[in-house]
Amino acid sequence: MIGIIDYGAGNLRNVQAALDRLGVPARRVARAGEIAALDAVVLPGVGQFGSAARHLEAAGLQGALRDWLETGRPFLGICLGMQLLFESSQEDEAARGLGFFPGRIGRLEALRLPHIGWTTVEPAPAGEDSIFHGLPATFFAYFAHSYAAPAAIPGVAALASCPPPFAAAVRRGEVWGVQFHPEKSGAAGLRLLQNFARRAAIPPWRGAA
Amino acid sequence: MRARRVIPCLDVQHGRVVKGIRFGGLKDAGDPIERALAYDRDGADEICLLDISATVEERRPLHDLVGRVADLLSVPFTVGGGIRDLEEMRSLLLLGADRVTIGTAALDDPDLINRAAQRFGRQFVIVSIDARRAGGRFEVTSHGGRRPRGLEAIAWAREAARRGAGEILLNVIDADGTRAGYDIALTRQVARAVRIPVIASGGAGDALDMARVLLEGEADAALAASMFHDGSHSIRGVKESLRAHGVEVRL
Repeated sequence: MIGIIDYGAGNLRNVQAALDRLGVPARRVARAGEIAALDAVVLPGVGQFGSAARHLEAAGLQGALRDWLETGRPFLGICLGMQLLFESSQEDEAARGLGFFPGRIGRLEALRLPHIGWTTVEPAPAGEDSIFHGLPATFFAYFAHSYAAPAAIPGVAALASCPPPFAAAVRRGEVWGVQFHPEKSGAAGLRLLQNFARRAAIPPWRGAA
Repeated sequence: MRARRVIPCLDVQHGRVVKGIRFGGLKDAGDPIERALAYDRDGADEICLLDISATVEERRPLHDLVGRVADLLSVPFTVGGGIRDLEEMRSLLLLGADRVTIGTAALDDPDLINRAAQRFGRQFVIVSIDARRAGGRFEVTSHGGRRPRGLEAIAWAREAARRGAGEILLNVIDADGTRAGYDIALTRQVARAVRIPVIASGGAGDALDMARVLLEGEADAALAASMFHDGSHSIRGVKESLRAHGVEVRL
């Protein structure tokens, strides 16, 4: 079972609908105590870094998610959910992220912000253990954000190919973050979610708790 | 590569897609769920659903419909019409809307833009401007173009952006439904006045109109209804044509 973390700041229904369409068992999880028994975690998110981080904290989810990440089990942060994997963000210097990836989320340098729409993504060469497995070397994905992880950060798994580039995805082990919305990126996005679900179904992750 | 967007728009009234000219003379244009799915399959970059009778009749948007459409789409979904407050935005977000447009409510209470951006992020909040030519300038109207607001379109776009709008949906009523082309000059003026993306709306008749408003009008996205609803243009065909005109699109 994949748990979609519900902390009052996400567009949960679209992630749920995409996983439903793929036939992947998934449900909303709002309580810290329910997390450990899952096979995988998806952390969606729209809105601001600071208020999302505080929502996670207020719901008592920060600790449980940190524990999950410590074990290295499958995790997918989407959009703001990716940003929350980092230590901090220029959007709200006082707020603390989950700190799984070192570094700070920065404001995009672009003529017009927010960056809304379809931009090409170039994944690093993707083996069978990658959520990008089977996807083209370049594909369009849907973005809606003003902040992102820098292109030169450790763990970058894909770049957004727009000037200047930024990290479209990060990875450490089975923990992934994607800045775009796979649940809204057409067939390519669904393939990515399917790949993630396959990873989540492989022992020893499955039922590791 | 960043693609420009082609956005089919479903104007919905009493559960049906309708389309008229200059906000009047509405004709039936099909079932919204069937339309939305067909446009998604045909390569739409985003689907926009506007409940066009909501403000006038003081109704809430059709929540059932929004939820059902959202569950079927694999591309982003924007919903507007009759949205008055943060609670309604939250309901729509939970139903699966990726973004909302506010028009009349933002004019009545401009601070709503600030509050919405603060709560849901700028990318969630589109301010729609229904502009009508009045002498040498463009006047902002509300209530589906019925009520002039004594505001100038470019100034209002600037204020909306300053308050936290993530995008401007600029609809020129004089061009709406005419298929005589977008208002390139006004679109460009608005696009140059703000540093957020602008969606051009009103007047699309063919791919060349779209190419012009995206290139000369400097819009980030082109919205159209009539030319897609009547089956005279497929979205894929229009996007192929746009590419031939030198516009980056997702194909």
